[in-house]
Amino acid sequence: MQNKVDWKKYIIVLVITILLFLIAGALSGFFTDKKLQSIRTVQDKIATDILSSETQYSLLSELSCEDIGQGNLSDELNSIADKIAYSEQNLKYSDEVIELKKYYTLLEIKDYLLSKKIGERCGKRTPTVFYFYTTAENCTLCTKQGYVLTELRSKYPDLRVYSFDYNLDLSASNALLRIYDIKDTELPTLVINDKTKVTGFKSVADIEKLIPTLVKMKKDAEATSATSTKK
Amino acid sequence: MEQVITTIFYCIAFLAVYVQVFFLVTFFERRKDILIRTEHIELTTYPSVTIVVPCYNEEKTVEGTINSILSLSYPADKLKISIVDDGSKDGTWDVVSKFAGHPQITLFAKENGGKHTALNHALASLTTDFVGCLDADSSVHPEALKRIMTYFDDKDTMAVAPSIVVRDPKTLIQYAQAVEYDMGHYMKKMLAFNGAIHVTPGPFSIFRKEVFENLGPYRKAHNTEDQEIALRMQKHGYKIEHAPDAYVFTNSPNTIPKLYRQRVRWIYGFIKNAIDYKELIFRSKYGNIGLFTIPSGMISISATIIMLSFTFYQWAKYIEHKAVQINTTGLSFSFSTVSFDFFYFSTKMAVFISVLLYTLVIFSLINGRSMIPGRKKLSWDIFLFVIIYSVVAPVWLLKSVWNAIWSRESSWTGERNVS
Repeated sequence: MQNKVDWKKYIIVLVITILLFLIAGALSGFFTDKKLQSIRTVQDKIATDILSSETQYSLLSELSCEDIGQGNLSDELNSIADKIAYSEQNLKYSDEVIELKKYYTLLEIKDYLLSKKIGERCGKRTPTVFYFYTTAENCTLCTKQGYVLTELRSKYPDLRVYSFDYNLDLSASNALLRIYDIKDTELPTLVINDKTKVTGFKSVADIEKLIPTLVKMKKDAEATSATSTKK
Repeated sequence: MEQVITTIFYCIAFLAVYVQVFFLVTFFERRKDILIRTEHIELTTYPSVTIVVPCYNEEKTVEGTINSILSLSYPADKLKISIVDDGSKDGTWDVVSKFAGHPQITLFAKENGGKHTALNHALASLTTDFVGCLDADSSVHPEALKRIMTYFDDKDTMAVAPSIVVRDPKTLIQYAQAVEYDMGHYMKKMLAFNGAIHVTPGPFSIFRKEVFENLGPYRKAHNTEDQEIALRMQKHGYKIEHAPDAYVFTNSPNTIPKLYRQRVRWIYGFIKNAIDYKELIFRSKYGNIGLFTIPSGMISISATIIMLSFTFYQWAKYIEHKAVQINTTGLSFSFSTVSFDFFYFSTKMAVFISVLLYTLVIFSLINGRSMIPGRKKLSWDIFLFVIIYSVVAPVWLLKSVWNAIWSRESSWTGERNVS
């Protein structure tokens, strides 16, 4: 009879296979950590930038508006927002992602406060939208609202969108929830230019109606570029 | 839902990696025993061998097949050819009649009854110690028979399988199959080292005559008689060897529909034969065939089907998202947001596991090709193989499983140009 079974081999193969899986898991963990690390690095940079702008602002109260280096902070915040959203969906270390998200929320609020101050002094108010959503339940309207805001942001680069997760347990964002009296039954909720609170899903056209300055700003910008090309 | 799918994915992936590692360990254990001869050899004794050529409507190719057997480097008085016309409707009989009176050749004509009946017809009047078959669409390397016969020096060896190579690939489908067959040499040799071969292929597997004397003739076996005889031998502890340097060149299906029909028949046959021989499965008494080969075949069938559903599920999710997005904001054609960022590369464990699996598969291919002198180890057709097989294989697998559930047999002749 030729039918011999080498059990040792079956066990060796099992051990090797388990090892390979462990290596795959370790590699996955390593690169995931790298990703989270990269978010943290960018956030730290933004924090430094905001702090620097604030300090600059306090130091030189007579600073001319053009000199205040606000830069593209908001753009960077947006790119971080995309990465955090992606991480929430795809990475397993959710605790760490939540920490990053808290940090991000704080940066958003600071960015908002600073740009508000600068706007008041320099008389140039940029339109802002606070967007409150939830991740706790399957909120399809929130997903749709997210798409609308992304679309608006690419259409009107001057628009500042700050998104806040209703379920994020952070005192600063809880304060915002209290200030604007946000209820979890009314999500998604938008607060436009600090004043107008609207609840439920709003389309691109709805929001354009709510912020007439947006369309005007865009037209002005286009007119300027049109005249400049004529020269 | 997501959790369930992920769990199934990892279980199947684990088993698939296990199977590949099993081959790998065998390879490193036994690689010195892989015998590839390129020079002319002489045997001390030349046992008598009969090659049966069953034909059904093969007027175009049968002559080439017979000539290739006649040009085998083997003493003419030890080599007999039995040509069985299994009730062909075309000019096959006229073609083979040209060989009437040839000292080595015996002609048989019978009513059509299927390949196994044609083989048994010739087996009934067998006079030699060894017997093999060569399908009328294949031809052999001149040294193949001698190389095979050396394995019978081991008294326990009851059958030897050859290495099958795709003959003159022309269409993309044939190039893809050539890659698959090349990989097959490696897997077959590794199975042979473990005494776990589950098929003695129709083209040019050689048996001791005792196999049929003791175990009985070929059976219909769901049109895969070459799988059934191997399982029957395994059940009785008969050793099956593989001669990696005994090359047989076979015509492979040149279109996807033909390939599809062939594979549905093979896999249907595999499933049905595995069910018929289910007593072998997970029984150490029968050796690695039941512990490894049949389960790994089942794993690869389910793995492919599960991977397909997994891909469909991902696509469905993506399309759903896109649909909601387009529905909400309309089609937007701004490409400004598309940018290359390492961050969005998936670092999920599944990605690393897939890379690992592909690496192991490529390794099998390189090893398989190293068994054919002069073959390029890495070439563009690997992509062709991966693309074509990952799209089409799940379809024929599903169809085979479906047919197996409802016991719907497919015919062998349906694969060919003639009806």
